[in-house]
This record gives sequence, C-alpha cells and structure tokens, in this order.
Amino acid sequence: MNFETVIGLEIHVELKTRSKIFCSCSNEFGAEPNTNVCPICSGFPGMLPVLNQQVVEYAIKAGLALNCEIADYCKFDRKNYFYPDLPKAYQISQFDLPICKKGYLDIEVDGVKKRIGITRAHLEEDAGKLVHQGTISSTPFSLVDLNRSGVPLLEIVSEPDLRSSKEARAYMEKLRSLLLFAGVSDCKMEEGSLRCDANVSVRPYGQKTLGTRTEIKNLNSFRAVEKAIDFEVQRHIEAIEDGEELIQETRTWEEDQQITRSMRSKEEAHDYRYFPDPDLPPLRISREWVNDLRLSMPEMPEQARERIMDQFGLSAYDAGLLTLSPDLLAFFDECTHYYHDGKIIANWMMGEMSKLLNQKNLDIGQCRIRPAHMAEMLNLIDQGRISGKMAKEVFQVMFDTGSSPEAIIKERGMEQISDEATLEKIILEVIANNPGAVEDYRNGKKKATGFLVGQVMQATRGQANPALVNQILARKLNS
Amino acid sequence: MELYELTLRELQQVLHKGEASATDITKSVLGRIHEVEEKIKAFITLDEEGAINQAQQCDARGAYSGLDGIPYGLKDLICSQGMKTTCASRMLENFVPFYDATVAARLKAAGGILLGKLNLDEFAMGSSTEQSAFFPTRNPWDLTRVPGGSSGGSAAAVAARELPFALGTDTGGSTRQPASYCGVIGFKPTYGRVSRYGVVAYASSLDQVGVFSREVGDCAQVLNIIAGKDPLDSTCVELEKPDFTSFLKDDVKDLKIAYPREYFQKGIDSGVKDTVKQALLKYEELGAIVEEVSLPHSEYALPTYYLVAPAEASANLARFDGVRYGFRDFQAENVVGMFSSTRAEGFGDEVKMRIMLGTYALSSGYYDAYYLKALKVRRLIKEDFDNVFAKFDLIVAPTTPTTAFKLGEQVGDPLTLYMNDILTVPVNMAGLPGMSIPCGFLEGMPVGLQLIGRAFDEGTLLRAAYAFEQHSDYHQAKPDLGGELI
Repeated sequence: MNFETVIGLEIHVELKTRSKIFCSCSNEFGAEPNTNVCPICSGFPGMLPVLNQQVVEYAIKAGLALNCEIADYCKFDRKNYFYPDLPKAYQISQFDLPICKKGYLDIEVDGVKKRIGITRAHLEEDAGKLVHQGTISSTPFSLVDLNRSGVPLLEIVSEPDLRSSKEARAYMEKLRSLLLFAGVSDCKMEEGSLRCDANVSVRPYGQKTLGTRTEIKNLNSFRAVEKAIDFEVQRHIEAIEDGEELIQETRTWEEDQQITRSMRSKEEAHDYRYFPDPDLPPLRISREWVNDLRLSMPEMPEQARERIMDQFGLSAYDAGLLTLSPDLLAFFDECTHYYHDGKIIANWMMGEMSKLLNQKNLDIGQCRIRPAHMAEMLNLIDQGRISGKMAKEVFQVMFDTGSSPEAIIKERGMEQISDEATLEKIILEVIANNPGAVEDYRNGKKKATGFLVGQVMQATRGQANPALVNQILARKLNS
Repeated sequence: MELYELTLRELQQVLHKGEASATDITKSVLGRIHEVEEKIKAFITLDEEGAINQAQQCDARGAYSGLDGIPYGLKDLICSQGMKTTCASRMLENFVPFYDATVAARLKAAGGILLGKLNLDEFAMGSSTEQSAFFPTRNPWDLTRVPGGSSGGSAAAVAARELPFALGTDTGGSTRQPASYCGVIGFKPTYGRVSRYGVVAYASSLDQVGVFSREVGDCAQVLNIIAGKDPLDSTCVELEKPDFTSFLKDDVKDLKIAYPREYFQKGIDSGVKDTVKQALLKYEELGAIVEEVSLPHSEYALPTYYLVAPAEASANLARFDGVRYGFRDFQAENVVGMFSSTRAEGFGDEVKMRIMLGTYALSSGYYDAYYLKALKVRRLIKEDFDNVFAKFDLIVAPTTPTTAFKLGEQVGDPLTLYMNDILTVPVNMAGLPGMSIPCGFLEGMPVGLQLIGRAFDEGTLLRAAYAFEQHSDYHQAKPDLGGELI
C-alpha cells in the first residue's frame, strides 16, 4: 500500500521586544537565573498583567509577513495547569480569537512550488524553566528560573498542508526568513527563540479522512524536525501494515537515540479550562495602525530575491540562498555598493565565506569580515594585485582578524608581483638555472613551461602575477 | 470627646487648629484598640511602633494636609510593603510583600498612618468573617453577632472607633454588607474606578476596593485619594476624576429615585423593609421623586455570581502552589504531591469549595452550560439596570435582607449564608457604584440603606447619602462595648 504523509506544524517564536509581554522586565536572553524577574512575571499575589504595545506591533508585523488577516478585535484567555515553572499556574494565551489568522507562505521543494496555509497565529506568554541536577527523574531537587517567564511568544499554526519532512523543513526555513526580514524575532532554534511541534499522520493515497495523528515535541533543530518526522512516518506505516492500532498521543523526540517516545495519550491530556482573562480588556486593533505598519514593512525575501536576480543576473537558486536571512542580504547589498559584479560576490559568499562560517559554527551576524573589505579584496583581484589563490589566504586572515585585505597584504608582504622588470629578472634567472627544461621546451615539449612557471612561483613565494609570468616566459623562451 | 471618637473630617480640624498632634491622635486610637480589641478582634496585624514612628515623622513635617496624621487600616488582602498580608489564610500566614498595592501607596503618599491589617473571610470568600483562618471578628453592636463580611474587620474597627476609616474590598457585597451590619458607611466605587494592583484577587471582574467611614464626606475624601487611573491595572479606566467632595450637597430636589420591587419581596425581613421605606419617605420629604421599578433578572444574580466568581477564583488562587512563597508542605514526595498537600492544608474549606465549584464550571463539556451561560445572564442583569437608569438617577434598596446574625448561626449552611448577598451581588455583576449608609435600627442592630448609581456616577450617590445624613443621626450612634464577651 502507498501512503500519504500529512504534517502540520505549530511553531513558537519569541518576539524580540525590549521588555516582556505583561511587565517591564528585560526580554534579554542569557542573563543570570532569576535576574530578569519582578513580582508580575513571578506571579506574586495581587499582581496584574499590562499588555506591552510593542508585542502587539510585532505580532501584527509577523501576521503581515505571513499574509494573515489581522483581527480588529481579539482577547486574552487563561490556560490553566499546574507546573512549577508556571508562576500563576495559568498561562495567558489567546484561545478562540487569535490576533492573526488565515495566512499562507510559499515554499519550493525540488523545483516544485507550493502554498502552505497558516491557520492562525496567537500571542501568549512563555513559562520559566526548571533546572535539574542530571535528569528530571533522578534529580534530588529542581530549581526554577523565571527569566523566561513572560517572554512574548507568537504561536503560528499551519494547516495540515505539508506532505513530507522536506516540505516541513522548507516551511520552517521560509517562516524563519520571513520573520527575520520582518524584524520581529531572532528565530534561533538553539536559544529556543524558535521552537517547533509537529503533528504527523499517514493515510493510504486517495483516502479523504486523516489518519491517527501524533504530536512530536522537543524538536530543537531543523535537522531534528526532519529526522523525527521521517521516524514517525515510518512508525505509523509499519503499525498500519502490521495491523496495530495507532493512538492519538504526544511523543517526544529523543535526540541521542534518534527515536520518538510516548509522553502522554489523549486520555491523559490536560483540560486547560480556558476562559477570558478578566485582568485584560479585549484588544481592539485599528485599521489605521495596521495600514501604517503595512507601509512600514521592510522588503520581504521574495521581493529581495526578484530584485537581486534582476539587478545582478543571479540564478534563482543563488538569490534564494542570499535571501534566507536579512543579514546575508544586507551583507550582499553592502558589498554591491563597492563592487560591481553581484555574481562574483554571491560566489564568494556562498563558497568561501559559508565554508568558513560552517567550520566555526557561526552565522553571518558573527562574521568578522566587513562587506566593504570583501569588496576591496575582489577589487584587488581585478587589479591583479593578488591572485585568486592568494585571495583565499587573505580571506582566511580577514575572517580570523577582521582586518582589511590591503592591510593584510601589506603586513604580510603578500602583494602580487606585477612589475615586469622584477619578473623579467627572476625569469631570466630561472631560465639560466634550468637549461634542461629550456632544452625540452625548445625541442617541442611545450609542457616544460609548467615546470618553469612553477620555479618562478617558488622563487616569488607564489606572489608573481601568473598571467604576466606566462607572457614574459613565452617571450623569453621564443626569443 | 476622645480623639479616637472623631471622624476623619473632625481629626483634620483638630490638627489644623493645633489642638492635637498626629502622635496624640495615633496614641489615642492605639489606646482605644487596646481597650476594645480583645472583644472586637478586628486586627490580624497591628503595627504600634510603626504607627507611632509615622505619626512622629508627620508631626516633624509640620503643616498638615491631605491625610496627614490620620490613622487607617487595610483589609488584609491589600498588599502593604514590609507588613504581613495574610488574606486571613494559613497559605499566606507569613507572607510579607515587598510592594505596596496602588491604594496603599496612595494613602501612604497622602500622609495617612497605617495602623495595621484587618480581618476578613479567607481570601474574601464569605459574608461573616467567620471564615478567617485565624479568628472571627465580632459585631460591636452585639458581640454575639457577626460583623458581616468579607471585610468584617474593616467595618467592625470603624464602628468600634478603633479607626476613623479603613479600606475593604467588595466582590459581591463585601463592603456594603458589613457596613450595613455594623452601622457605618460602606462605599463600593464603579468597577474600574480604583486600581486593583496589589489587591489579592478573588474574582477579578467583580473585585473593587471599598471605603469604610463614619461620615459620607470622609468617604469622598478617601475616594479622592485612591481613585483614578493606574498604569499597573489595565481595567482601571482613564476617566477624568472629579473632586468627590464637590458632590456633598444637601439637595435631592427632583432627584429621580427608583426602588426595585424585587428587593422588597419574600426573604427580606419586614423590619428591614419598613426601615428602608421610612428612608424613602424621607427622600420624598426632601423633594426627591420616588417610584417603584422592576429589575426582572434580580433572582438570577446570586446563582450567576456563584459561577462567575468561583470560576475566576479557581484560576486566581492557583498560584498558591507552595513553589515561590507562602505555605509549602515539605513532607511531599514529589511535585504533584507538593501541590496537592500544600493546597489541601493551606486553604480553608470555603476556599476549597469555591475553587472546586469554579474548576467544575470551567471544565471541558460544562463551560457552555455554566460559565458561558452565566456571562449571558450577567449581561441581562446589567441591561435591567441600564433600563432603570435611562429614567432614574438612583436606585435605593435595603443592603441586606436582615440585620447581623449570630456567630455560628449560619456556619455549615452555605446556601443561607449566600442569601446575605442577594441584594448586593447584582451591583457587582453590573459593575456599578454602590453604597450602604445607616438608616435605622432593629432591636438595637443597625439597618443599612443601599444606594446604587450609574457607572462612574459616584457623585449622585455621595449627594443623596450626604443629604440623608444631614437629616438623620443614625451615623452618630455609638455601639456600647461595655458588655462582656459571651
């Protein structure tokens, strides 16, 4: 039997506002435990939430980036459950009236374009986190860190439109780039500012009704999302083929074992007893505000992609890579202010720079190379002051130190020798010292020039301008 | 006349004339507390040293304005920085907030002298103050009777001349009902008029801070200080705040007063009805137009209240889980055990019952039938009031069906106890301002007259109350505390 996979993703993104959603505590990541806290976000008696306007603005911008309808009226609800990291024992969220709904984004997998629906995106506050000694089951005690409590989250729920783990990954990458361009989130999976839960089911091709669905949690990287979905799909198919009954449940991805494991079944699911939070009046969003924000939206990745393809003749693939994040695009755009050929810039960015960043596990934001320096280096190549081969070495130093290429080649004496008189002198010495090779050449063994050029390069520690060396050598040998 | 017997206004006069200092006043009031507190039991916390210090600082500052040198107390669920705030619960028996409620901060800034924290039904759930986890408070008019609740400590302290004014809260009548039982003024402002920041929440959509005093004018003065928008409470509205003392006029001529027939039906003590009708006649004498009206959905207010309030309470009180502050059961073996035994031991029976009621009403499968239905009925109740206020300026009714009942009489009989609030709850459901003023006595126990106004029209209440006060002396009657404790 052939099966069709059906996937829907629930993605939580942290909005990078200055302060938390309902109090004035800093929303900064990575502070000492329990330092970004106050009586409000630690749920002290008598404390009340006050909605942060910047959070609403960011949610609207995210909604616009995801082609959503922005509600003119929405409200906040209490989601009730007990857990030590949830200070009020309820999470303020949005139940039936989310701030954004009915959006979509477009993905492309193996050259096939597809539109993925977004059901809704709603605002909520994050909980704190528990710190255990060892594992949760063996720890003698647990500590609570409430820095994250009250951090603004936007939960974005897709339609069950995804049909493979590849599509799921493409959806996440696209979502991430849209939110990065909109400037509303850092979207760092490793810091938890982008989190993903996947709902997975399979059904025989042609069947209209959905199969039994499981929800996978604890997906901490794009790779984990793909792997976990693949694992889960295989598990479903095997169960169906073996005649076993699947149960609707929540499962967790075990990264070290590369498997999913059952957390709780539908019967054990919480009854969250949602009801409208009486501490927060309903939120009315004026159309004027939405329109103002719409007009102030920065360039989105699709527009940017069209633009750089038009302007620089880049391939759709290259332009797609360069518009994965606004930092990449900004780097590219800045380079083009100082260097004319976008294709060459793109090649260096996607080749050498991407290689070095991957080796160090850095992203472009942490790269020490300045765009103007990269352009300067490309100009030096064009001027013949360094060779392409030397440029790679210079580039490595630029990457390590952040220095300008001009400074590097000066400091290290790496400048290419393009002075004819100097080269001629060296070449004459090489000819004099290698009569055998010269003899060979004159006897028709044209390959001997390679050896002679090598000798010149050796004598100049690789700094001789190779084009010029070839030219002069040919002249001398033939004279 | 002793200083402790004076009203807020009279104390201000004494201070201005230099006849007494803030320290004199505070000492006199503390002396009174020493004299009668054993009988009344209004205070959970009394801070004598702090009070004397504040009074001395106040005297050192010299010129008296605002509430300078005026002693007061707070219901013990209004957070006070550095002073225990227990909510009359084992759960918070040793909880000392490091922040002030907005109302506490405003009274402090106005120069008032905080003497201590007053008893209540645990987490404001009750109508007799017998649900305090620590001790019951007694009615100064008859020590065998309850002071009402939940703000019973505040009402009793003001009635017993232990304080010239105090703050309480009113979720379903918790200011007006004890004011009625203790023969003092009790004022519940419009929902949204006074900040709830730092007031431990019972039912957030109904809670409002209330004022107890012995004169209408004192109440207006305190309102001037505590009312007004607060950036820390999103439900506290941005309205121009009037000078509430400007409404204190002995003039009700042509004021249109309605009395709802549903508030004079069976279940209301005939003596109470007669006393209130006398008050209505007084208003007619003074030139007001008095007519009977109907608030047809009144009978649904109480059952609706007992869905909405416990539902909100079930979430509001969930934070008392033993993790961050308050009582924790350290014997528990795991975290779920800690949650349940902390809450089982930390909360009293009435609180637990209301949490369970609320949890049930919000449960999946019951939400529509209970909570959602209750919200719809709530709208009907509000529409009843809107209809009346389209034609009338004020509604007048009894505050409670009877006068204060005996201690222990209604313990274990929640349905009878809940009936105490039947005339006050509709006002909270509609978010309106309400007030209780003394209007007579039945067998030596005070009877309260309830005034209900349009939203944010506290002024009309104050005017009508002031006029009544000018033509009666019930507010001047003093309880005789000579009797022995029984």
